[in-house]
Amino acid sequence: MKLKGKVWKFGADIDTDRIIPARYLNTSDPKELAKHCMEDEDPGFSRKVRAGDIIVADKNFGCGSSREHAPIAIKAAGISCIVAKSFARIFYRNAFNMGLPILECSEAADDARTGDILEVDMSTGEIYNVTRKKRYEARPVPPFMQELVSAGGLMKWIKKRGFV
Amino acid sequence: MTIRSRKRPMTITEKILARHAGLRDVWPGELINAKVDIALGNDITAPIAIERFREVGAKKVFNRNRVVLVADHFTPNKDIKSATQCKIVREFAREQKITHYFEGGNVGVEHALLPEKGIVVPGDVVIGADSHTCTYGALGAFATGVGSTDLAAAMITGEAWFKVPESVKFVYHGRLNRWVSGKDLILYTIGDIGVDGALYKAMEFTGEVIESLSMDSRLAMCNMAIEAGAKSGIVAPDGVTRSYVEKRAERKPRYFASDHGAQYESVREYDCTKIEPQVALPHLPENTKNVTDVGRIDIDQVVIGSCTNGRIEDMETAARVLKGHKVARNVRLIVIPATPAIYQESLRRGYFDTFLQAGAVISPPTCGPCLGGHMGILGPGERAVATTNRNFVGRMGDTTSEVYLTNPAVAAASAVKGRIAHPDEVSR
Repeated sequence: MKLKGKVWKFGADIDTDRIIPARYLNTSDPKELAKHCMEDEDPGFSRKVRAGDIIVADKNFGCGSSREHAPIAIKAAGISCIVAKSFARIFYRNAFNMGLPILECSEAADDARTGDILEVDMSTGEIYNVTRKKRYEARPVPPFMQELVSAGGLMKWIKKRGFV
Repeated sequence: MTIRSRKRPMTITEKILARHAGLRDVWPGELINAKVDIALGNDITAPIAIERFREVGAKKVFNRNRVVLVADHFTPNKDIKSATQCKIVREFAREQKITHYFEGGNVGVEHALLPEKGIVVPGDVVIGADSHTCTYGALGAFATGVGSTDLAAAMITGEAWFKVPESVKFVYHGRLNRWVSGKDLILYTIGDIGVDGALYKAMEFTGEVIESLSMDSRLAMCNMAIEAGAKSGIVAPDGVTRSYVEKRAERKPRYFASDHGAQYESVREYDCTKIEPQVALPHLPENTKNVTDVGRIDIDQVVIGSCTNGRIEDMETAARVLKGHKVARNVRLIVIPATPAIYQESLRRGYFDTFLQAGAVISPPTCGPCLGGHMGILGPGERAVATTNRNFVGRMGDTTSEVYLTNPAVAAASAVKGRIAHPDEVSR
């Protein structure tokens, strides 16, 4: 799977309260959540972002709460993929379980700036910053996680295994 | 069933996971499928899990005694949308005949409620669609927070996938200073290693200080393992665990301990005689300082409660500090006993008289203000001292408000002084 989009750059330790503040957790409607995505970090983010855009962040992206509303809001806002130095573990898990592509790559995260164009190949982990003409290798995704993604997420994976 | 001799020495976390995966041993980094003893959801996370459950065409949960649903976050329902979310959970609980469904007068903050009711027992594997599920490590269980999709899958299969975490051993030596509790130990530790200092890892809390630590303090410590990025926190069961568990366990506990020669990613040792009550300043739990080093910080509100510090020991400490004192003018003190049993016991012991005479508001059990839900939201520029677990930007309300995390003694003393204060300033 190849993705190409404009970068929105964020800093370190972006917590789930900043991705989707708890005041909006009284709904799980993706469209409603998308409207408030990153609201406290970058007001108006949801209006500026275009389908296919890519979030690039520093370390520990998605720390804090287990709320799946966070990756749901990001995905519904149109973000195609997240590249970060590292992810908080529940966010990492949630992203794979629901089929939101994410990659860990320190160098790509350091170099990219908001407005850069990035190409990401999920199957090889290759990242190309079109604006800066630089190539990067992301940390490989474990085979089991690739299996989850290619099955279309955890629910489809358990269905395949005959649980329902 | 006895466990046969193993190929390699394992940590308590590895032993619990191996047993639940039906394996003789497991290695850090290995991906396993493990049986879960308890799968937990709340009024915020369960509705999405229920939606996933239905989407995939599932009809029945794997075991109605092992799926636990607790409507504790935005309850008593704060608005129409929250009421609608709770309704989804309630109707699902009825349809599936869920044994452990809690709302109304039965509900408590989930991570205080499940240990108290004996629903989680030592040796369990527990997943919860709530990041503070790691609390149950205090009982000697492997417990970790997951998302709603994980919860949906576990409700159907009774299993979950895990990457076996590396373990980091934390050794607490010496003895605790006055007013220092489990909360201070974990804040101090997070201050030392950072909010991603234990990312993906299991934090194993050991040492003579932990051995003499109360269960309530152990629960507070394990509760905040996630604040260091950890997958889980754990304390090996001992006499304190047994006396806590034996009168309430609804299933047979299994007591595991780390083997001699078990492998740790690293070991960190602390001299507790040097640890003072801690304050985590905005906006990360790693921004810790000694309470005597923070300078003058005037406050508008104090919250004593939550899955970290809403237990009876916390109510007792708060009452001890507040006894005979009044909350400072211009400070709102909100006390939230975490469960109905803690509420009733606080009432019986006369703590409510102390709280009310001091000028506190006593809230029913709820997560409420901790995550900026209701029952004490902060306005622009307001500052709160809270015994909760997160002080992120906007966590308790307006994005310009500030949260300072402390133990209940510091919180109570600060309420009296109207600024962040050492408990010795109020109670000698």
